[in-house]
This record gives sequence, C-alpha cells and structure tokens, in this order.
Amino acid sequence: MHLLAIGTRKGLWLATSPDRRVWELSGPHHPMTEVCAVAVDTRRGAPRLLVGTTSSHFGPTVVTSDDLGASWQEPDHAPIAFPVDASLERVWQLALGPEPDVVYAGVQPSALFRSGDGGRSFALVEGLWEHPHRPEWGAGFGGQAVHTVLPDPRDARRLTVAMSTGGVYRSADGGGSWKARNAGIRAYFLPDEYPEFGQCVHKVARHPAAPDRLYLQNHHGVYRSSDGGDTWQSIAAGLPTDFGFAMVVHPHDPDVVYNFPLTADGDRFPPAGRCAVYRSTDAGDTWTALRAGLPDGFWTAVLRDALCTDTATPAGIYFGSRSGEVYASTDEGDHWHRVAEHLPDVLCVRAAEV
Amino acid sequence: MEITVRLPAVLRPAAADQATLTLTLPEDATLGTALDLLATRYPLLARRLRDERSRVRRYVNIYLDGEDTRRLAGVETPLPAGATVEVIPSVAGG
Repeated sequence: MHLLAIGTRKGLWLATSPDRRVWELSGPHHPMTEVCAVAVDTRRGAPRLLVGTTSSHFGPTVVTSDDLGASWQEPDHAPIAFPVDASLERVWQLALGPEPDVVYAGVQPSALFRSGDGGRSFALVEGLWEHPHRPEWGAGFGGQAVHTVLPDPRDARRLTVAMSTGGVYRSADGGGSWKARNAGIRAYFLPDEYPEFGQCVHKVARHPAAPDRLYLQNHHGVYRSSDGGDTWQSIAAGLPTDFGFAMVVHPHDPDVVYNFPLTADGDRFPPAGRCAVYRSTDAGDTWTALRAGLPDGFWTAVLRDALCTDTATPAGIYFGSRSGEVYASTDEGDHWHRVAEHLPDVLCVRAAEV
Repeated sequence: MEITVRLPAVLRPAAADQATLTLTLPEDATLGTALDLLATRYPLLARRLRDERSRVRRYVNIYLDGEDTRRLAGVETPLPAGATVEVIPSVAGG
C-alpha cells in the first residue's frame, strides 16, 4: 500500500492508495496543530509514523503511530526539551539516521536533537548548540530553525544541517563539532554577499547513492555541490527564477532533481500563476517544466518540505500548496493528478510504501 | 489545604479524562506549587501548560477564583484554601 502523509497548518491527513491513483484520505489527525515535520520509518517491523505537532495554545511535541494512524502515542515526558535556557517552539524536520532507531530532529530555535529509541525521546546535540556562530544566526519570517537534517548513509558520524538563517553546517564527528559550509552561496541581503555563514538556505537535498552531491534552494539562488558542501556552484540558469523553497532528488537517480520555482522574494507565486514542477535529469545543468495536469491561476506557493518522492519504480512525485491542494505523479513528474483539495495550508508531504 | 483545578475539555485526556482535580497543598502554596504537583501527577498535562523553563505558555490563561493570575503575581500568586484554579485557553489561532 502507498501512504502519503500531508502535514498542514491545522493537522495531519493520511492518504492511502493501492495504485497511487485512487486515494483515500483520513484526517484531520491532531487537528488545530501545525504539522511541519513527518517521517515514516519503514525500517521497523511495523512502520512508524513520527509527527511533529505544534499547538498554538499547548506547545510543540512529537507523536508516533505504529498502526498507520489508527492510534497515536505520546510519552508523558516531553520527547524534545531543551536542557538549557531555551524553549522548544517547533519541530521543523524529522530525519532517519543510518543506524536503526536513530532519528534526528531539526527544531526552532535553531538546534539539532538526536533520538536513539525510534523517536520517543531526544537529546540535544550540544556541539551545534554551543557553536560560536549561534548568537549571530538570525530568524527568517518562519522563525529561526534548523529545517534540514541530512545524515550521511555511509558514515553515521557525518551529518549536514541547514538553517534559516545561518546556512549549511557539517559535522564529521557525530555532531561534536561543526563547520559552516556555504562557500559560493550568495546572501544578497547582507553587506558581504558571500559570508562564511548567515545565508538564508531554504532546503538541501541529497541522494543516498551519491552523498557528496548536494542540491540547494537558497533565498534566491539554486546551487549544487559535488564535494559534500565544501563548495557550491549555481544551477539556476535553466530555471525561470532562482527563488523557491522546495528541492528533492529522485529516489533512484542522483542526477534527477525536482524544484518548484516561485517568482521572487517579493512575489511568492509561480511565474504567471502557472503551476509547474521543474525537473533536471543532468544534475541541474538543464531544467524542464512539468505541467501536464497542473492548473493555471495557481496563486499560491509550495513550501520547503511540501515536495517529496516515494521509493517506487517509476518514482512517484508529490507536492502540496498553501492553498490546500495536493498533487501526485506516478510517472516521475510527466503527468499529474490531484489527490486532495480544500485542505489547510500544506506544510509538508512524505510518501512511503507500507 | 485543598484546592480545585478545573480543566477545559481539550486538556482532560491528559488528566485521566477528569474535568476537575482536587489537590492537597501546604498552607503557603502558590500557583507554582500547584503546577509543580500537577507535573508529578499528570506530566503530560503539566507540559501543555508550561514549557521546559516552567513558564506558563503564552496562550494558556490560568484564573484564580475568577482573576487572571497574570494580573496577580503569576506563578508566585498565593493560593487560599478552597481556591478554584481554572485553566482556559485564550482566544488565539485561526
């Protein structure tokens, strides 16, 4: 069965399908909470859903389900809590580590937490929290957060995170120490446009078979790294714009990458209001618009975690909009159909075979 | 002394589905004392009300006998015997 988890500003919906064409929706799960982060851990005997929720009244937490949303569990203790003088505001990313039961959480304020028990309890990764750059990390409109966590599948000690603002940081020692990795990424909003750190990175993606190849959507600017983030080169030339939030890599081909361009920082709509996913099959050198089945008059946006793939062949590609529509493609983006409409603002989507 | 804590429906699942809790507290208890006791008996409920720095969440309002404790002394507000502490989510969100 195919599962598509849809996190929105007012709860979680779960779509299931035997064929990725006809979908059955359940929800809202956790109504009236913001769901910015979802992970589906299929490494377990029973797949585990991990969901970061934030109630505007009662705060953030992480809940899990081992029966695909039929029931939810939440420990009495806070799964994620700062042991220092800070308060958790929101969980932005839940990412599975290469070791069994290891889950990372990127959170607001900018910090990384690690769980060794499948996401039931997390501990602060102190090396990043104590980084000397931290006082200078700023807040974008969405708040100051680590929104991207990329564990290296080859080596559990190697981790890459991205934050807004601050940029990309990489650790080679399991999170003990971190180096800024932003050489070549422009920060047009700062006097020094190529600083060591301070960039407003929106999303970074990688393929497990080519872990040193990274793709990055910046706050203006689209980049590729071939050396694990040491240096970055622009791959924006073939896109209609260099602004946007989302970036994902094909599940089976590290040269195939997807992006959803928006016109500009001051014009956060698709160009001309035409809904289009862009695909590159040559690692970002050239791009093609994918529009079959997608609407015009699409005056909305796709946020940083609201574009995803599944692991099937051919690959399924999915995205959700701030206008509460969700689209799917079962042929790698060539054709699209609508999975859901009239949902609250879609904040994240995650797909898995369960 | 005993006090009564009244919970809104949305929080009752975190307190064994009870609408009203009775707490036995020392005579010099404050609102903070009551919240600390709640944290030992109903930790899930307690962290809905306060963050990990023990600060009452911004959109959680706690009334003591009809008075907003933010306009009294916050968590330092003394609780009289027989007091009713009422938790009310504020008007927020969209």
